[in-house]
Amino acid sequence: MAGVQPPRITAFTATCAAGSGRAELLRALRTDLSGLRTNDFGREPLATCIGRVSGVEGAALPAPFARFDCRNNRLAWLGIQRDGFLDAVHAARDRYGAERVALVLGTSTASVGATEEAYERLTPAGEFPEDLRRPEVHTPHSTAAFLQHILGLHSLAITVATACSSSAKAFAQGARLLELGIADAVIVGGVDSLCGSVLFGFNSLALISRDPCRPFDAARSGINIGEAAAFALLERSGSGPSLSGCGESSDAHHMSAPHPAGRGARQAMTAALNRAGAEPGEVGYINLHGTASVMNDEIEARAIAEMFPAATHASSTKGWTGHTLGAAGALEAVISLLSLESGFMPGNLNARELDAACGPQIRLASATGRLRYAMSNSFGFGGSNCVLLFAADPAA
Amino acid sequence: MNLFKSPRRLHVNGVAIWAPRLPGWDSARAILSGSAAAPATPATRPSPELLPPNERRRAPDTVSLALEVALAACRNADLAPASLSCVFSSTHGDLAITDYMCTTLASAPAQLSPTRFHNSVHNAAAGYWTIGANCARPYTAITAGAHSFGAGFLEASAQALSSGENILFVSYDIDARGPLATMAQSSGLLSAAVIVGPQRGPRTVADLDMTLHAADGLVASRARAGNAALVAGNASESCLPFMEAIALGGARDILCLAGPNLGLTLSLRPI
Repeated sequence: MAGVQPPRITAFTATCAAGSGRAELLRALRTDLSGLRTNDFGREPLATCIGRVSGVEGAALPAPFARFDCRNNRLAWLGIQRDGFLDAVHAARDRYGAERVALVLGTSTASVGATEEAYERLTPAGEFPEDLRRPEVHTPHSTAAFLQHILGLHSLAITVATACSSSAKAFAQGARLLELGIADAVIVGGVDSLCGSVLFGFNSLALISRDPCRPFDAARSGINIGEAAAFALLERSGSGPSLSGCGESSDAHHMSAPHPAGRGARQAMTAALNRAGAEPGEVGYINLHGTASVMNDEIEARAIAEMFPAATHASSTKGWTGHTLGAAGALEAVISLLSLESGFMPGNLNARELDAACGPQIRLASATGRLRYAMSNSFGFGGSNCVLLFAADPAA
Repeated sequence: MNLFKSPRRLHVNGVAIWAPRLPGWDSARAILSGSAAAPATPATRPSPELLPPNERRRAPDTVSLALEVALAACRNADLAPASLSCVFSSTHGDLAITDYMCTTLASAPAQLSPTRFHNSVHNAAAGYWTIGANCARPYTAITAGAHSFGAGFLEASAQALSSGENILFVSYDIDARGPLATMAQSSGLLSAAVIVGPQRGPRTVADLDMTLHAADGLVASRARAGNAALVAGNASESCLPFMEAIALGGARDILCLAGPNLGLTLSLRPI
């Protein structure tokens, strides 16, 4: 982005277990109201807590788009209508044209929940039940294709699926599309919904906690899975905070374990700062990846302690939302943007005693202040890291 | 209207392909250009050199295919694998693992294999590649349904233009298994890789001018019928017209769909 103005975020919204829309989410963060609940998802719920969005089941898609019906697409549709985001998309489409508004959507499992359900209800002949014979939902591009159709977009609509960094990388990719002039506005975001694959999958890796997750707590015992839909509209100009830097890297270490020295995480944070021309001391708030898994938190805490001054306020918000996987990058980007706007910086909900690896940056309690930059970290399976750095609107 | 505003110039600095009847670029180039016949006996799945020997046999088909062409393209280009950012593209990801996951979840969810679970992510092939190649450069893993090859090519090109560096682009799909095969249709194994860069490399194959258009009723270029038949039914078969044009050489324009209404014209020019 050298020599190019960083993209402005002209609209943004998020829906997760802790709140539907920005106001509810910010209220939950301010009042330490967690969205986690005892797992009540599926036929044989595992003993864990989840970040489930209420009302997804009842949020039917408009009839002409019924072929896309599934939990993930319902969540996408529910989420994109909050905070006037849909109006902002329509206004951008009217202003620039349908061929100039692109969509980059991050997801880890898309609508595989619908495929899981079909396998549970196979006909005696071993075929998909009639109501689920819809190829649209049995493929990882399901949600981006649904949104492209329902929003009437004729530009690029692409799915990024790099596990837990997916929707952070969507921001980086969206910024490139603006930089190269391929689009004039880009909807970036992430949608991931609860499904058996992730609940039982993380269970098989012994990463699931029975109790509400406690990011960075010395006695943390693993993650809680959540679901979310979060979106931002990127434009080359306009008012709002800016995406002043993105940093991407690969661990090149292991499929499901982070690099022990946090090499990729540090590289990505450094790259985001360099891209923005910002110093670590200018970053007021860092929304950490902080899954509450034993290894991630220790490695991330060490990297933060070494890279940032004591005055930086850093926390994980997964105690409110659970780990929303492919949607986490976009959800936590929205939380970082809310922090920039409001000056409110969340603490580490559910943590009682911080891990010895934590420096003074990682806080139990929330705080307020005036922020110039907010950073959001996302690290995923396959060693995929993406760090986003947002700058406050100087006019605000 | 060209959505790039003006034609964009890149260079094809390396290529590779693998399918049972196109087993490697050297033979594929001869087959696709009509100077040799496809092998009567399909080749068996490649064994990814970059993986430790004990992991090669167990590697998912998607990983095996993607790593094969990624390494072959780097060799074709004479570029170091660890030096390249990469874009991995697949319409459906690993359909065999999806079938396994859904079957197991329907019968004995608590017995799900942790290895198969972490291999089920869409970025598994990209992750194994960066581990095997010791590549700390960023990668992405994308899908755009039936338009995954074109959309992935566009993203790789965008990265090359934005970063000024060579980008490794890898496209792959495998055959569908089990009940899912009626919905997510794909047959056979196919992978292709292209290295694009803003400067010519040590072994540049062709220069490449690109335009991008949004319009209704776009019709993608097609490969010759005999060539198309070699990979027909694979969800990534839309890579073939481009690979055939490279094999044929000369000046050729390939229209590749990057979306339902989005055409990426790849104009190959001999160097």
